[in-house]
Amino acid sequence: MEKIAKGESKMECNTTERKYLTVNPLKTCQPLGAVWACLGIHQCMPHSHGSQGCTSYLRMQLTRHFREFIPTTTSSFSEAQVVFGGVGNLKQAIRNILSIYKPKVIGISTTCSAETIGDDVPGTINEMRASGDIPEDVKVFTASTPSYVGSHVTGFSNMVKSAVETFAQKSSPNGKINIIPGLLSPGDLREIKRILKIMGIDAIILPDISDVLDAPMTGEIHLYQKGGTTISEIEDMGNSISTIVLGREAGIEPAESLKEMYDVPYEVLPLPIGISNVDKFIMKLSEITGKPIPYELEEERGRLVDMMLDAHAHWYNKKAAVFGDPDIVEAIVGYANDLGINVLYALTGTYSSEWEKTVKSMVPDAYVSSDSDLWYLKEQLDKKPVDMLFGNSHGKYLAKEYDLPLLRVGFPILDRANLQHFPIVGYRGTAWLVERTGNTLLDYKDAKSPEHLLELIM
Amino acid sequence: MIERNHAQDDMMESLVEKNKKLIEDITESYPKKVKKERKTHLVVIDPSEEQHIMADLATIPGIMTNRGCSYAGAKGVVFGPVKDILHLTHGPIGCGYYTWNTRRNLAEPEEGYNYFIKNCFSTNMQEKDVVFGGEKKLYGAIKEAYEIFKPKVVGIYATCPVGLIGDDIKAVAKRAEEELGIKVITVSCEGYKGVSQSAGHHLASNTLIMDIVGTEELEDPTPYDINIFGEYNIGGDVWLVKDLLQKIGYRVVSVFTGDSKYDDLAKAHRAKLSILMCHRSINYTNRMMEEKFGVPWLKVNYIGITSTIESLREMAKFFDDPMIYENTEKVIEEELMKIKPRLDYYKERLKGKRAILFVGGSRAHHYQDLLKDIGMETIVAGYEFAHRDDYEGRKIIPEIKEAPHHKILDTYHFERVTEPAYPQEKIEEMKNKMPDHFMNYEGMMVHMDEGSIVIDDFNHHETEELIKALKPDIFLSGIKDRYVFQKMGVPSRQIHSYDYSGPYSSFEGAVNFARDMDMAINNPIWKEVTPPWKK
Ligand code: SF4
Ligand code: SF4
Repeated sequence: MEKIAKGESKMECNTTERKYLTVNPLKTCQPLGAVWACLGIHQCMPHSHGSQGCTSYLRMQLTRHFREFIPTTTSSFSEAQVVFGGVGNLKQAIRNILSIYKPKVIGISTTCSAETIGDDVPGTINEMRASGDIPEDVKVFTASTPSYVGSHVTGFSNMVKSAVETFAQKSSPNGKINIIPGLLSPGDLREIKRILKIMGIDAIILPDISDVLDAPMTGEIHLYQKGGTTISEIEDMGNSISTIVLGREAGIEPAESLKEMYDVPYEVLPLPIGISNVDKFIMKLSEITGKPIPYELEEERGRLVDMMLDAHAHWYNKKAAVFGDPDIVEAIVGYANDLGINVLYALTGTYSSEWEKTVKSMVPDAYVSSDSDLWYLKEQLDKKPVDMLFGNSHGKYLAKEYDLPLLRVGFPILDRANLQHFPIVGYRGTAWLVERTGNTLLDYKDAKSPEHLLELIM
Repeated sequence: MIERNHAQDDMMESLVEKNKKLIEDITESYPKKVKKERKTHLVVIDPSEEQHIMADLATIPGIMTNRGCSYAGAKGVVFGPVKDILHLTHGPIGCGYYTWNTRRNLAEPEEGYNYFIKNCFSTNMQEKDVVFGGEKKLYGAIKEAYEIFKPKVVGIYATCPVGLIGDDIKAVAKRAEEELGIKVITVSCEGYKGVSQSAGHHLASNTLIMDIVGTEELEDPTPYDINIFGEYNIGGDVWLVKDLLQKIGYRVVSVFTGDSKYDDLAKAHRAKLSILMCHRSINYTNRMMEEKFGVPWLKVNYIGITSTIESLREMAKFFDDPMIYENTEKVIEEELMKIKPRLDYYKERLKGKRAILFVGGSRAHHYQDLLKDIGMETIVAGYEFAHRDDYEGRKIIPEIKEAPHHKILDTYHFERVTEPAYPQEKIEEMKNKMPDHFMNYEGMMVHMDEGSIVIDDFNHHETEELIKALKPDIFLSGIKDRYVFQKMGVPSRQIHSYDYSGPYSSFEGAVNFARDMDMAINNPIWKEVTPPWKK
């Protein structure tokens, strides 16, 4: 194996059971997911109640991932607030947000400091409503998002759940379906909307970051872009036929709320990445709405199968490790199964026994853990190596150390531009992932080939 | 003292007036209290007045600020770059996660030393730890880290909940030191302490001086031993500078803290001089090192060609040695020759371009020098978390009123513990020779042209209004506001991380910077923003 620089960057170390120490995590904290969810609501200002460092960090991370502006305000706690309470700062913050940033909606989440001291956020908002500090036409929803529980995926789920519980209503049936798409990219959301359009299905997608985090370059400045789920759409979610949860971990809780409150049934599906996952999605759409599956989609599917066959030799029987957020890991494991790639490790950092059960049933021989980190993966690679990695940018150091191709999927992707514009959902998105999978392996093969074995036809 | 650029008086007066009015307009939409407060953080340079600016005060809640927290200052900025300390964040996962390879403080592995900085170590506190206390988990994590990674030194950095639940991280560190026989340093840099990163810089300096500097001996001292302070090797800056300094004949004992090792820092008290780049992030340590060990410091700036030359000459003046004088001039001449053709090319393309510059601790000053060298002009400059002395110079320090958040930041003073390298007369003589820089800093404002705008703790609204009104050719700031203004059609580059480019220091760095300015401003893509059918 080739060494990296001068010196030696590969660490010598013993493999040890770890109970207390996390090394190279596969998750971050709740506020990031909460802000992500708010960004997918039309003209919503995400506000983070607590110390300002968390906000600064999550804005940095989201900005780097999307390469787009991430507006988020903070209550900017200092010593005085953690001693005497942060309610005063919250009130001041809300007044300033209203007058300076003029949002239609404010989505408030909390950070560790606010949670630990126990500020009453909903109570404060009610009080400000009552006193007229918050005008009628500005909507506010709040979620408690302590970082010492769950992960950013939990924060996303909590925030969407709060949006649903705060705004959804029941009046008369609307004939629509609800979709909770989890932490998909703007490109993915665009593709899902295209599929819905082809099938002639009316859907409410919550949250929807397309047209927010992929807004075109116009030469104009907009604090709020034109996209995002509107409040009236969220209100209408109580009237829908059904809710489709794409990705259990990020979306089941809001769907359950809708069921409990308004009897809207829900279906949990994997993210529609990979041919069988997309099949499930399309068939479920058809089943719920009674709309037939158009031939156009069948053709797309056929083209995908054709591509998979044309390139199958490039990946068949390769061994892979998959890591990242739970829902995308589950979907990619399904994709790998479709292709005949053997998944040896499926790892995430958002704990869920349900998830482990599901993934385990898909790849019974793999090591599956929802309480894992990348150091764990590193230790395993020493013992039982793989041929390729599927995961986020943090995997690049393992890719380098073990000389493996890394297929970048999920969050965060900090070292490659523009991936978030290209879907990996649906048949077309999967086709693009198939293209990347096969050709990444060929690029890798070329790079490794000695000159006399470099072949023109592959 | 530094001379100002005096342009024609009447013309200037109108620019001053115009921009003063602009500031009125910008703050107009604020609620009354906010307006009053923010106006003290905005100054239009006007030499006819004695001018002051407010800084290092609490951020107004609800304002979209770019500021971070004290953990960011201590772990992210000051300690993070030390490559052989195992940096363990004690807290829930986020804080540690966000400082994992997200700052470009490059460091090279060294034979025989640990190299941990590509990894993120965290105690990943859970609810039960917050309820029952996190000390057990912290100790367990140190022990596991010890068993797996065999670190010589572990650094523990506390985040928000730790202080609130009252974990005694010092006691845990002591126990770990005794039981595992390793060094464990701590910084109680909970994010709510202070009003920005700045508190963390202060706290990190305390740990540096109390626990590290002076704990090891330099075996082979030379007369030309120096430390470089406030330099984090973003994009490889310090590597260029080290090369120059070594060519001249200096030996760099330690860098605080870019590409550094624990042992280097521990020996820093034996250097003859510390040169200081980023004043804000670490000047506390320089003051304390002077008190405790008698190591003098010199404020330098090797961002920009003219200022690099000035700094090298001032260093030579301090050492007052024929070899150093000679080599300094030789190196300057060589370097200038090397870069001239390339620099001339870019200067031609960048002539008269105007920049808005919003950065952290000292860069808004440093980069003005560099912009000037490549023919550009700074029309607005601001800091995110500076103090008044970064704007107005250290002479203002006695007048700074103590704010509530200062009370939690311990400030230490020391008696001399060793014979200083120089007699007091030499120190006094140097203070007279280099009044702006020797154990002093004149601040940013004195360098700025009449009519230019200074802004403290800038926020989104003010930035947007300034850009709309002043239409700069480039906006130089950080990642968080880069894309929104780019979408507005203003070329934008990150001056914290250099947008994956750099180094920008000294002579070669100036060319890199000019190349990147050209790339941003004169990029052919700008022509495509408006579709041809709409032109
Ligand atoms: S873990 Fe807590 S303190 Fe740290 S960034 Fe997340 S919310 Fe903030
Ligand atoms: S130069 Fe700026 S980014 Fe660097 S440490 Fe100083 S303040 Fe921070």
